Amino acid sequence: MCNDCGCGLPGEKPAGVGAHHSEPAHEHGHGHEHEHDHEHGPGHHHGHDHSHPHRHPHTHAEAHAEPGHDAAPPAENEARRTVEVRRAILEKNERLAERNRGFFRARGLLVLNFLSSPGSGKTTFIRESVRRLEPDLKAGVIVGDLATDNDARRLRESGAPVVQVTTGTVCHLEAEMVGRAVQQLDLRDRNVLIIENVGNLVCPASYDLGEDLRVVLLSVTEGEDKPLKYPPMFQSADVVIISKIDLAAACGYDRAAALANLRRVSPRARIFETSAQTGEGMDAWREFLCEQQRARRTLGPLG
Amino acid sequence: MQSALGLALKQTREAGGGRVHVIRLRIGVLSGVVPDALEFAFGALAPGTPAEGARLVIESVPARFWCEACAREFQSEDLLAECPDCHRASGELRAGREMELASLEID
Repeated sequence: MCNDCGCGLPGEKPAGVGAHHSEPAHEHGHGHEHEHDHEHGPGHHHGHDHSHPHRHPHTHAEAHAEPGHDAAPPAENEARRTVEVRRAILEKNERLAERNRGFFRARGLLVLNFLSSPGSGKTTFIRESVRRLEPDLKAGVIVGDLATDNDARRLRESGAPVVQVTTGTVCHLEAEMVGRAVQQLDLRDRNVLIIENVGNLVCPASYDLGEDLRVVLLSVTEGEDKPLKYPPMFQSADVVIISKIDLAAACGYDRAAALANLRRVSPRARIFETSAQTGEGMDAWREFLCEQQRARRTLGPLG
Repeated sequence: MQSALGLALKQTREAGGGRVHVIRLRIGVLSGVVPDALEFAFGALAPGTPAEGARLVIESVPARFWCEACAREFQSEDLLAECPDCHRASGELRAGREMELASLEID
């Protein structure tokens, strides 16, 4: 399950959801408009008034302090003790991501994790990239979606081996899913692995899959301020692909504003302006990947 | 939240504890985690476990950035950080992406 949005709860309709909510268990894309502080630590004001109600009754011990319940009443806390833990919550995913990374490195694979909102053109961009990388770079593709293998079918048109991961209710790929999918992929003559993550600009940012480069797509149709609205995703990008630039004029795309916003949020990311339809910018992207692949080869296996 | 709860229950067992009363998490403002969503997920997952009824305390960790040009660290409450001296955008994030189980109160 996702630490960010709570998706992928066991069962189709988790107990406690239907009873307390008239809305779905989570909404993707609700973003980070509010960060809330729980009244500790000075200076965390985000201009948001914390009057939101707690919509579920199970969070607070007080709710269970009725007679007959076995939780200790607040007045008798002597038996309680504090255990310091200080461990990363995603430790398991990080461990598995490192394992993936070792496996990829040992095979000399350059691994790309593609992230973006749904509809920004990941699948078409990947299909065209794979075609243009031949014969120097030979890619295998893992594609994640909640349901259907439509993207896998589209990606197979490129001639590359493709494995579809259907995540069910989970809104992102995890290192473990990639580790399993890669076993089903014939990588013998491959030197690039492309992972198309689930279309979502929030949660996948938190999950390392063992990739070398995180590639975030931003299409010109999405609005120049998207990087400002979803900073964690763009902050984590090694590469930003501005896609669909053939549509720039039609949708009144403000290039200067988009680049300024990207430089603000992702100052270290390499930016490529591309159109998978017309091929514009695809050569520069191809050269960049060839360079990166050469760098991996000389790096050798980890450890 | 499932991994946070799993880790909390494991740590409680290892410490010889029975029930979990308080779970303290440290969540960086740039971690991508929405605290509301964590609380909701906790409410759905905790019942039936030793953490049922526990209180979830989420400490927000502000983002700290390093400015290369000025060789200084600065804190930002804004997710889009600019060095207060030279007003350049910072590339190096030093804190703010944590997702950590800080401590537990158990008996």
